Amino acid sequence: MGNLRLLFESPVLLVQLLLDGILIGAIFALAAYGMALVWGVMGLINVAQGELVMLGGYAAFYLYRAGIHPLFAVPVAAALLFAAGWLLYRAVIFRVVDKDLFISILATFGLSILLQQLANTLFGADVRTAESGFGTLFLFGGAVTVSRIKLVAFAAALLTGAFLMQFLRRSRMGQAIRATAQNPRAARVMGIDTDRVHAWTFGLNAAICGASGALVAMTWIVHPYLGLPYTVRSFMIVIIAGLGNVAAVLAAALGLGVAENFAGFILGAEYQAAFVFALLVAILVWRRFWLARERRYLR
Amino acid sequence: MKAPPFRHMAVAAVLALALLVPVLAPAYRSQLALLWVMIVFALTWDLLGGQMGYNSFGNVLFFGVGMYACVIIQRDAGLGYFTGLFLGSGAGALLAAALAALLGSGILGLRGHYFAIGTLGLGIAAGELASGWQFVGGGGGMVPPLFPGEVGGRETFFYYLSFALAAVTLPFLRWLYASRFGLVLNAIRDDEDKAEAMGLRTTRYKTTAWCISAFFLGLTGGAVGNLLGFVDPREVAFAGSTFGVWMVLMAILGGKGTLWGPVIGAAVFHLTKELFWTYLLGWQRVALGLLIVVIVVFFPVGILGWARERWPERFGHRIDEAEAGP
Amino acid sequence: MTFILQLERVRKAFGGLIANKDVTLRVPAGKIFGLIGPNGSGKTTLFNSIVGHHPIDGGSIRFDGREISRLRVPEIARLGLLRTFQQTRIYGGMTCLQNMVISVPTSELGWRSMFSRSPPEDLRRAEDLLDFVGLGPKRHLRAGDLSFGQQKLLELAMALMSRPKMLLLDEPTAGINPTLINGLLDRLRRVNQQLAITLLVIEHNMGVIMNLAEYVYCLAHGELLAEGNPEQVQKDPKVLDAYLGAR
Repeated sequence: MGNLRLLFESPVLLVQLLLDGILIGAIFALAAYGMALVWGVMGLINVAQGELVMLGGYAAFYLYRAGIHPLFAVPVAAALLFAAGWLLYRAVIFRVVDKDLFISILATFGLSILLQQLANTLFGADVRTAESGFGTLFLFGGAVTVSRIKLVAFAAALLTGAFLMQFLRRSRMGQAIRATAQNPRAARVMGIDTDRVHAWTFGLNAAICGASGALVAMTWIVHPYLGLPYTVRSFMIVIIAGLGNVAAVLAAALGLGVAENFAGFILGAEYQAAFVFALLVAILVWRRFWLARERRYLR
Repeated sequence: MKAPPFRHMAVAAVLALALLVPVLAPAYRSQLALLWVMIVFALTWDLLGGQMGYNSFGNVLFFGVGMYACVIIQRDAGLGYFTGLFLGSGAGALLAAALAALLGSGILGLRGHYFAIGTLGLGIAAGELASGWQFVGGGGGMVPPLFPGEVGGRETFFYYLSFALAAVTLPFLRWLYASRFGLVLNAIRDDEDKAEAMGLRTTRYKTTAWCISAFFLGLTGGAVGNLLGFVDPREVAFAGSTFGVWMVLMAILGGKGTLWGPVIGAAVFHLTKELFWTYLLGWQRVALGLLIVVIVVFFPVGILGWARERWPERFGHRIDEAEAGP
Repeated sequence: MTFILQLERVRKAFGGLIANKDVTLRVPAGKIFGLIGPNGSGKTTLFNSIVGHHPIDGGSIRFDGREISRLRVPEIARLGLLRTFQQTRIYGGMTCLQNMVISVPTSELGWRSMFSRSPPEDLRRAEDLLDFVGLGPKRHLRAGDLSFGQQKLLELAMALMSRPKMLLLDEPTAGINPTLINGLLDRLRRVNQQLAITLLVIEHNMGVIMNLAEYVYCLAHGELLAEGNPEQVQKDPKVLDAYLGAR
C-alpha cells in the first residue's frame, strides 16, 4: 500500500501507468473481439482463446529466431493461426458447436490444456521474447518511459482490428458471418453454408489472436502457460461490452489494461494476476446483483 | 428387485478388497489413496454439476482452502501430529463450508456458462492470492510436519484415511439424494425458473449443496496436503487445470447426475492417468489433455449414461429402485 | 366483496413497446374470472407482471391485501399466488410423483424438512391429485416423456399440490385433446368450488371462457378494452372489432 502514497506524491507516475495500460489494452481488445465474434456467431465460449494468443507468440518468437523482424511476424503469425484455427474447428470445435454450452466450454478448456502441454513439450517451459530492437522513448524529461515497441504494437493492434472490420463489412464471407450472427436459422434458409461460416469465424478468431500473440511476444514475453489470463480478460471485456459492439470492446479493453496496471502497481506485481481473476468474479457478481434488482438473471 | 443380495455381496467384496489393499498391494498404497481422493472429488463435484446442473470449475477452491487451513493449524497451533491433522482438517472443512456459504448468494445467482467461468476465475484467483501471500509461504507453498510413525506407516495411514473419506462421502450423498433435498436439486437442474415459480427457496438449497460439497472437499484437502507432503498454491492446492478439471471430467466420464457414475468415472480416469504416467514418458500430460478433449467431445453421456441407452429397461429398473422412493 | 387480487393502473413497457397500459382489474376471492384478448394484446405480460417475473413500470398490484409489485417470484408464490405457463413447464427428468411431492407448499417447510423424506400423507395427496387430473396410471413415468397435454395436466396438479389461494392459468386448454376439454373445465370448476381456489384464466378459445368464467376482462393493444359478464363482453362491438382486426 506504500505504493499508493507514492502515486499521489508523483503524478507523473499516473501518466506512466495510464499510458502503459492503454497500450496493453489495445492488445487485449484483439483477443476479446475474437471471442465476441465466436460467441456471437457460433454461440461458443472459447476457453482456449488464450492458448491461441500463446501460439501466436511462439510463431513470432521462432520467426524472430530465424532472423525475421518480429513486426513482419505479425501477419505471418495471423496466417499460421488462421490455418491452426481452421484445423481446430475441423477436428474438434464443429462437434461441440450445437451441443450445450457447458460441453463446449469443457471441450475448449480441454483443448486449452492440450495446447499448453503441447507447447510445454515442444517449445519448453522457458520464458521467451522476440526482441524488436526499437529502443525506448523518454517523455517529460525522462520521467515517463515508453518502449517504442509498445507504441508500434498499439498501432498494429488497431490496424489489425480495422482490417478485420473491413473484412467483415466488405467481403462476401464477412457478410455471411454477420448474417449468421444475427439469425443463424434465417442465414441457413437463405443458403448460407453455416458450417463454412463457422470454420471461417473460428479461423479469423485464431488469426487475430495470433496477431495479438505476436505483439505480446514482442512487447513482453511468451511461455506455455500464458493463456488463461488472456481468456479471462477477453471474457471480462466481452461481458462488459456485449457482443458485436466494437467501440465498447475497445473501451472496455483499454479500461481493463489501465485498471490492471494500476492494480499491479498498488498491490504489487505478484498480485496482478490475482487481480485479473478476482475482478472477473467481482464483475460477474456485480452484474448479477444489478440484474436481480430488476428481477432478472445473468444467463 | 432381485438385485439386492448380489449387490450386497458385491459391495462387501469391494469393501474387503479395499481394506486389504495395504496387505495385498503395499507398493500401490499412495496411488490407491489418491484414487479414493479422486472419487471424493468426482462425487462432490457431481452434487452440484450433475444433480443440480451447476457446472463448477472452481470447486478446487474449497479443497485448497481446507488444505491450507489444515497445514497452517499443524504449523502454528503446537498440537501433536494426529491432533493437529484431525483438528486442522475439521477446521479446514468448516472454513471451506463457511466460504461456500459466503460466496453462495453471489456466485450461485449466476446461471449456466457465467457460473462455469465465474467459478473458474474464483479457483485461479485463490491460487494467485495464495502465491503472493507470505504468511502461507507464497509461491513456494508450505510443508506439513513429518509423519511420526515408522517407515511405511505413513502410506498405510493415509490410505485408510482417504478410504474413510470416500466411504463416508458416498453413503452420505446416497442418503441425501434420496431425501427431499435431492429432489429439489433435481428440480433446479430441470427447470430453475419453474422451481422459483413454485415458491421453492432455491438459493437456500443451492447454497447448502455447495456448502456440503465444500465441507467434504475441505476435509479431503487436509488429508491430501499431508499425503503428498507439500502444499503448492498453483500445482496442488488450487490446481484448476489438473484437479479442478479432473473433477468435472471424472463425473462426466462415469455419468453425470448418477450416484455411482462419478465413482466409476474416477476409477477409470485415475487408472488411465497412472498408466499414462508409467508408459508415456514425457508425453503423459499431452496425452491427458487429448484424453480430456476426446472424452468431452465423443463421450459426453458417460459410462452409465451409455449403459442406460444400451439397456434402457434393465437400467430403468435400477433407476426406479434408486430414485423412485421420494 | 373482498378482492383477492387488485391491479391499479399497471404499466409495463419493453423499450418503446407498451405491453400493458394502465391496466386496472379486480378479482374477488373464490371466483373464476377470465382474461381474453387477441394475440399480442399483453395478457401473458400481465401475468408475468403479477407473479413478479419482471418489474412493472408503474401502478400497484395487491394480493390478499398486500402490495406485491416489488416482491420476487418465489416470495409471491409462497404467499399463495401461483401461475401455470403457456409453454408448460415441469421437471422433465423426474417422475410425475416426484414432480408432485416437491410441490408441497414451501411456506410450511422449515430447515428440518429439507433433508427428510416426504411423509406418507404427502404421497397420498400427490397420488389423489394425479388421479384427479387423470394421470394416476402415469405416476412413475418420467414427466418429460408425457405428451404436451398430459404435461399441462401435471402442471395443474403440481400447482394444486402447493395449496394456492389463487391460480393464474395461461391457456389451460391449449394443446389438450378437444374431447377432453369439457372434462378439464369440469375439474377447474371443482378446483374452484371444492378447494376454494380463485382462478384467473387466460383463454383464446371463446367458447371455453364463456362457459367457465363468470366475469371477463378483455385486453387489446395492452389496454383494458371491455369488462363484464361473458355475454356482455361477447356482444361488445369493441371486442368484436379487436378480434376481427377492424380498425
